[in-house]
Amino acid sequence: MEEFLTDTLKTQEYFLNMGPQHPATHGVLRLLLKLDGEIIQNVDMDLGYIHRSIEKMCERDTYKQIVHLTDRLDYLSSHMNNEAVCLLVEKALNIEIPDRIKVIRTLVDELTRISSHVLWWGVMGMDIGALTTFMYGFREREMINDIFEETCGARLTMNYNVIGGVRYDLHENFVKRVKDFIVHFKKKLPEYDTLLSNNVIFRKRLEGIGYISKEDAVAYGLNGPAARASGVSCDIRKIHPYSAYDRAEFDEIIFTEGDSYARYKVRIKEMWESLRILEQLIDKIPEGEHRVKTKAVIKLPEGDYLQRVEAARGDFGVYVKSTGQKFPYRLKLRSPGFANLTALNKMTKGLKIADLVAILSTIDIVVPDIDR
Amino acid sequence: MTNTELKNKIEILSENLIFSGEDGDFLKIEVDKDNLKEFMKKLRDNEELRFDYLFALTGIDFGEELGVVYHLESTKSRKLIQITVKTADRNNPEIDTVHDIFPAAFFNEIEAHEFFGIKFKGHPDLKHLFLPENWDKGYPMRKDYTDINMLIR
Repeated sequence: MEEFLTDTLKTQEYFLNMGPQHPATHGVLRLLLKLDGEIIQNVDMDLGYIHRSIEKMCERDTYKQIVHLTDRLDYLSSHMNNEAVCLLVEKALNIEIPDRIKVIRTLVDELTRISSHVLWWGVMGMDIGALTTFMYGFREREMINDIFEETCGARLTMNYNVIGGVRYDLHENFVKRVKDFIVHFKKKLPEYDTLLSNNVIFRKRLEGIGYISKEDAVAYGLNGPAARASGVSCDIRKIHPYSAYDRAEFDEIIFTEGDSYARYKVRIKEMWESLRILEQLIDKIPEGEHRVKTKAVIKLPEGDYLQRVEAARGDFGVYVKSTGQKFPYRLKLRSPGFANLTALNKMTKGLKIADLVAILSTIDIVVPDIDR
Repeated sequence: MTNTELKNKIEILSENLIFSGEDGDFLKIEVDKDNLKEFMKKLRDNEELRFDYLFALTGIDFGEELGVVYHLESTKSRKLIQITVKTADRNNPEIDTVHDIFPAAFFNEIEAHEFFGIKFKGHPDLKHLFLPENWDKGYPMRKDYTDINMLIR
């Protein structure tokens, strides 16, 4: 009987387009799936649906203008992206940054990280089929956005960092509201675990799915929480500390399972670590200026510059080749999402389409960051 | 490990290497394009160095020449180096692919091919990734590319 089945009943290989307009691809990402029945043989990607050529635009903009463009990459870690450009220019020109600015930047960084991870958590549940989490996630995110609105003047693409500091000083309510948020979020975060993390169906969908080994993770350039779930130590905040990360105590979250559930756990734990950083720094904001005066026209000396920051999705980097002009000669934006997407084919081979959706969610892609 | 010590260790791996930036943040190396592939493989496999993480691959138009800049990091020592490779032939620029050494380079090489026209010898699929499939208006990131409508300074 078995012989008969394998001989005559064969599944056919075919191609399936997923996206560019598909709710589970988190934006305009087009995946070309090669399927055998429902089993994924190969995942190819087609990008460029939201390509704005920011790298080319940077070549005609001054450094102060470039800061604003980086907001539009990974809009969920806009503050970190801005910071990368600012740190690069400040380091190149040897601008001394007072402690107050460093602490403010770090605080907003961590709030951004929590807000990004909370959104990810909500969408993660939704991709698996649990619609409630989206509402829960947005409840906490709203609190952070309100804090941003008060201090930075905007909720998403805040443009808070400028070269030499931050745009406005902290609002008088900032400290109180962040403290309120910490108290609130500490109560709500365990709720996330009861709601989703320990749900049997949810865990069955993630555990052992989308495995990638430590060696492969390094080779494919995986970074951020996705790589830390495979046991790769790659937290830029630890390896190359910037701003005020060297004065806060926190752990780098590393799991070794390398599956979807490990990637999920890394981000949940990271939110606890972000809270720890916030708690340590919120009472220790030094007095002083919020902005250092810089020259009106900024020219970087000839040479190569590189600055990396830990964005919510991973290792974000800006590489500038300068010829001494007020415009960069070449500016490369190294996006964490693009590198993570490279490993998608490796993770999904032999799995089903529903698993692909879950894996896409656990590597947490943001398409404008991939397309640039 | 200081940059000078690193330089001494890398020097013996290949010929015709030009070093700079010993007192900067990272060591910069310019390598001959014929030696590139072998050199990259040695950097990755050397037990002491272990430059196994390709951080970024950047295509650059140097004006006269076209080139690629690789940023490699060692997961062992967490040192970062910058490797530059150049080709003078602007009409048919060819550089060896490194995607079989660093799988992370696969899509980055497609990107560099698309925007700079650099052909990566040995790359299996240099398709259009960001640009439309029927794009034939040249290589947009090159310095001599002109588009009157889009690039007004």
